[in-house]
Amino acid sequence: MFDSDRWSEIWNTLSRNKLRSFLTMFGVFWGIFMLVIMLGMGRGLSTGVLGSFEGWATNSCFIWTMRTSIPYEGFQRGRRFEFENADIDAIKRGVEGVDVVAPRLQLGGWRDANNVSYGSKTGAFNVYGDVPDIIRIQATDILEGRFLNEKDIADERKVCVIGSKVQRMMFGPTDPLGEYLKIKGVYFRVVGVHQPRASADMGEDKSGDIHIPFSTFQKAFNSINEVHWFSITGQDGVEVSRIEADTKRLMAHRHKVHPDDPLAFGSWNMQEMFSMMNALFIAINVLSWIVGILTLAAGIIGISNIMLVIVKERTKEIGIRRSIGATPRNITAQVMLESLTLTFIAGYFGLLGGIGLLEAIGAIGIESEFFSSPSVDLKVALVALSVLLLSGLLAGLFPARRALRIKAIDALRTE
Amino acid sequence: MIELRGIKKAYRTGSNVLQVLKGIDLHIGPGELVSIMGSSGSGKSTLLNILGILDNYDAGSYHLDGKLIKDLSETESAGLRSRYIGFVFQSFNLIGFKNALENVALPLYYQGVPRKKRQEKALELLERVGLKEWAHHLPNELSGGQKQRVAIARALISDPKVILADEPTGALDSTTSHDVMDLLLSVNRDLGLTVVIVTHEHDIAAMTSRSIHLKDGRIERDVTNKPTADVR
Repeated sequence: MFDSDRWSEIWNTLSRNKLRSFLTMFGVFWGIFMLVIMLGMGRGLSTGVLGSFEGWATNSCFIWTMRTSIPYEGFQRGRRFEFENADIDAIKRGVEGVDVVAPRLQLGGWRDANNVSYGSKTGAFNVYGDVPDIIRIQATDILEGRFLNEKDIADERKVCVIGSKVQRMMFGPTDPLGEYLKIKGVYFRVVGVHQPRASADMGEDKSGDIHIPFSTFQKAFNSINEVHWFSITGQDGVEVSRIEADTKRLMAHRHKVHPDDPLAFGSWNMQEMFSMMNALFIAINVLSWIVGILTLAAGIIGISNIMLVIVKERTKEIGIRRSIGATPRNITAQVMLESLTLTFIAGYFGLLGGIGLLEAIGAIGIESEFFSSPSVDLKVALVALSVLLLSGLLAGLFPARRALRIKAIDALRTE
Repeated sequence: MIELRGIKKAYRTGSNVLQVLKGIDLHIGPGELVSIMGSSGSGKSTLLNILGILDNYDAGSYHLDGKLIKDLSETESAGLRSRYIGFVFQSFNLIGFKNALENVALPLYYQGVPRKKRQEKALELLERVGLKEWAHHLPNELSGGQKQRVAIARALISDPKVILADEPTGALDSTTSHDVMDLLLSVNRDLGLTVVIVTHEHDIAAMTSRSIHLKDGRIERDVTNKPTADVR
């Protein structure tokens, strides 16, 4: 297999018709290239999107109130209502399998106007009223100081924990701990800086979040006995969708909402979302393989075709070889090795090109919450290589069999 | 060396059966120089194909150097061809993209002889046929006579016992024909090889010591030629 004569023979054949060899190889090159690019991009998409889920408890759900759509117990439809403090205990006691029940409040609305200031600087950030347990749902790393604690809640302290982006924008090089941040006219002492693990939450950068004690929020921002929404996690092994449904049923009962009202509550289930995303990425991956393999197959068929032509062209030569003592094995090996060489060189450059492009994309840093570090792992590269080897052999099979049918006698007959 | 008994061979084309050889009995001893003559369609090419283990026969027996040649696999017949038989063709059948030296050396490649040894031996043989200076020329840079001499060198390189030549001078003018024949005669005389030449030219046949005339698939005449005045 590794004798120089055979290789020089192969080189001879392939270089005698360079354009044809090149065009043939391009098919396989393109197949592998596409496969690698698609797999790499799919992976980038999944690392990006799944990365934004990181830190979220996957067994969590979120429930908020909307407007009723069915008249019930004397109330008309279209009624607005709010969760209240008593609901917290009610859920903890009344819904089986809940772990963390975190009531949450948010200042203003989503992307509020400038609401925070320090010295001469102002900024617009999301401000949440939270209980300490929220950190168990939405994991965040404390860079400096501490997170909220039970004592903050009990004493209704005016303290806040700021995200790293808030620190950067409002304080710059100044140590923020102990400084007072003015939030909607109320001063809060900074007790901690955090860095969320999730890169983003549905496109929102979480490092701009400010957390203040839930109880303080209610007092300071005129929302006594209000809960904007609940973040709830289930205990291990508990179906979150069941908790979601049970909580809604309980709340419907407590707030005199028709039990079948589909529009009274809004909710969001991380587990569902997560498995949906996972299914999506599996689908993308499968699709990439299918399209990649089919593209590759087209290239392989091209090689097989050209090898058939080459064998046909060389009928006489093969006949001569047979007459001077070439065994069928010699002939098969020659044709197979030629097709394997074509496939392999083309595939190698395809692989190289694909990985190169992915690296280049990674290097120029096209990154967002939906896309990050496109790559192909070693396993995929190895699989692609073995697919190549296999397909090279496959491509050579028919031409080799055709070549075997040529008998030495044909060499005598051609003229 | 060659022992044929009742060789029959038919080709089937659709429903027609063409009986090409109708029972050939022939004995060719070692070191003989034999010509096979016959008009086209007499079956001489078919006979040569059978002698060269390029084709099968339907009935009879063929012993080559005492070994029965029958129902061999492709691999076995390839092995026998490379050990026993050297071919010389009318159309030379050199491989166009290989130079003279590589063409001559090729049979040894299939015998697994190392490259250096192959090259040495090929060069030796090219010298013998008087083409040493042309070793690195491609076939299309050689004249017809030169090509045929390269082909003879190739036939000789594997030290065969039999040289089978199919109209070796068919594509050559009379001067070069004689040169090529001289070479074949010297191969027979000096190396003691059995040489079988298929031809339809009487003067070529006259140079051999024995002429076998085929007609309609049978041996018509088997003539021992008078030793010519030592061909030049």
